[in-house]
Amino acid sequence: MPADNVTPIELLKIYYYLKLTRGLEQRVSTLYRQGRIVGGVYISAGEEAIAVGSAAALEADDVIAPSHRDLGANLMKGITPKEYLAQYLGKQTGLTRGRDGNVHYGDITRGVIGFISPMADLLPVAAGVGLAFKLRRERRVVAAFFGDGASSRGDFHEALNLAAVMKLPLVFICHNNQYAYSTPLERQMAIEHVADRAKAYGMPGVTVDGNDVLAVRSAVAEAASRARQGGGPTLVEGKTMRMRGHAEHDDASYVPAWMLEEWRKLDPIDRFGAYLRERQILDDAIAREIDDRLSKEIEEAVAFAEASPFPEGKDLLEGVYAS
Amino acid sequence: MEITYLEAIRQALWEEMDRDDQVFMLGQDIGVYGGAFKVTKGFLEKFGPERVIDTPLSESAIVGAAIGAALMGMRPVVEMQFADFISCAFDQVVNMAAKQHYRLGEPVPLVIRAPYGGGIHAGPYHSQSPEAWFFHVAGLKLVAPSTPRDAKGLLKAAIRDPNPVIYFEHKYLYRHIKGEVADGDDLVPIGKAEVKRPGSSVSVITYGAMVQQSLGAAEKLMPEGIDLEVVDLRTLQPLDMTTILASVEKTGRAMVVHEAPKTGGIGGDIAARLAEEAFHYLDAPILRVAAPHTPFPFSPVLEASYLPNADKIALKARELANF
Ligand SMILES: Cc1ncc(C[n+]2csc(CCOP(=O)(O)OP(=O)(O)O)c2C)c(N)n1
Repeated sequence: MPADNVTPIELLKIYYYLKLTRGLEQRVSTLYRQGRIVGGVYISAGEEAIAVGSAAALEADDVIAPSHRDLGANLMKGITPKEYLAQYLGKQTGLTRGRDGNVHYGDITRGVIGFISPMADLLPVAAGVGLAFKLRRERRVVAAFFGDGASSRGDFHEALNLAAVMKLPLVFICHNNQYAYSTPLERQMAIEHVADRAKAYGMPGVTVDGNDVLAVRSAVAEAASRARQGGGPTLVEGKTMRMRGHAEHDDASYVPAWMLEEWRKLDPIDRFGAYLRERQILDDAIAREIDDRLSKEIEEAVAFAEASPFPEGKDLLEGVYAS
Repeated sequence: MEITYLEAIRQALWEEMDRDDQVFMLGQDIGVYGGAFKVTKGFLEKFGPERVIDTPLSESAIVGAAIGAALMGMRPVVEMQFADFISCAFDQVVNMAAKQHYRLGEPVPLVIRAPYGGGIHAGPYHSQSPEAWFFHVAGLKLVAPSTPRDAKGLLKAAIRDPNPVIYFEHKYLYRHIKGEVADGDDLVPIGKAEVKRPGSSVSVITYGAMVQQSLGAAEKLMPEGIDLEVVDLRTLQPLDMTTILASVEKTGRAMVVHEAPKTGGIGGDIAARLAEEAFHYLDAPILRVAAPHTPFPFSPVLEASYLPNADKIALKARELANF
């Protein structure tokens, strides 16, 4: 794992966010099975390293444009577990005040562009955020996330081309998790690596082990540094695997079992934990302390969300226009 | 035998695929997975991967390619995973498909299946009723069945029609409604409304999921001596003004009900045409019951407040009957 000069405290922070992401999503999945969630549930289990590693490479005032499996990046940008759970329960205390659900939230004041369903729609918007940085001479960068499936949309191609032509400060980050819903990679594109698409737009394309959180961090840090210096955008592809169904209703029986078994051995959190122990940054006592803190944080979030009120029907018309 | 609305759609597709080898389907996750709503389950096994085509995540390319095949005389049926994502193919629908015959006299026998509508706790991007976006565009036909029989008969008619037809299939109705369908070819002609309940007090002109709700309102008002006539448009473009006018001539009172927002909705156009063509029959103003001018909200309380239902329809119908 390329540690660069990440301090032990930073490394433990990365570990914490990986575990928080997994823990929160597992909790939501359980709530879903108990019928306590409104609507569908999207899980990033097994690919947390892409969101967390990328966000760990950014500066505090950089902006992210997340996709639906980027909870880890959202948390690192300051979205709280309470807000996350309230959103899933359709509560007034969620970031959309019950107007939207599950993974469709954000907060521009914390540098998170709100995700919307149509895949790749955020990529041109992210380019526009980068354009604002460029026009205002701000040394800030946008990290824009998307899936392998999303890279088939015209908006993806238009965004990359525009960002490259205008030399905008962007890092486009792909979760290549082998599937888009039931569609395997070979039916999605006739190339092997999503990063190969970069060449067509005249930007660097990098493929990394998406289950190695430090490899992701390192690739994104390098791309962000280039972008910050006016060197234009980069496409970073993390190879990973969607370890659960498309959403929790989907048993993903179309995914061969051997594939999941192979990838399970490459679990990003297990690997990073082992690395930290090897470097004696993590031991049983610290691990226990982290686990305790996590379960407390998660249970507090669940309690908060469940105790929160629903929006009121009479508020339906409020907020359509800015005043 | 009674079958579900979803099964009726499935049967129509199956029988048309069987009848005409120029009919084929393309869409996301329709083959191996059988479609997000399992409408095309078993089709890949029966008709093979050349006629049941799993595509990349590229709505514009899917619709564009279907138009191309249609120009060659084939009969493509596109499945949008959700009607909401048809906006990603908007240009191909409104500029290419819709105008081809007017400009060049070349037919585009294309069907786009658009699973639409709310009541399923799915939020702003998986609940919309976007028919009005297309109602404005000459060259498209729009159908929106409310019963299994109409679902089957209209889909067959759409596939055999030489024009681009958007087939709005209501997601709430998929498994919530059952009814008789005839065996074999029982085509429901495009452009023909049907009186689903004859009555004498008020004409309720509606379609889709609101037909059931309007029938529910009629039941509620019966004890009060208010006798609603429920006119199910079935086809939204071209409108069957003959049936609408005959009903309004009989009752002298008209209201239009739809799930889509009132602002810029189809109801406005129907009301205007009634004002132009039925003024002399009318004993009361024309009313509309429809969704408010907001995005489709997620949280159950807001969703309930947003959607028209039997109670809201009954309230307005009573007002009109007592005018
Ligand atoms: C434009 C558009 N079409 C279809 C969908 C329905 N849909 C939601 S996610 C998804 C698959 C996305 O695959 P990918 O981009 O690879 O991300 P992953 O879910 O694998 O993380 C599909 C087809 C959508 N959200 N947007």
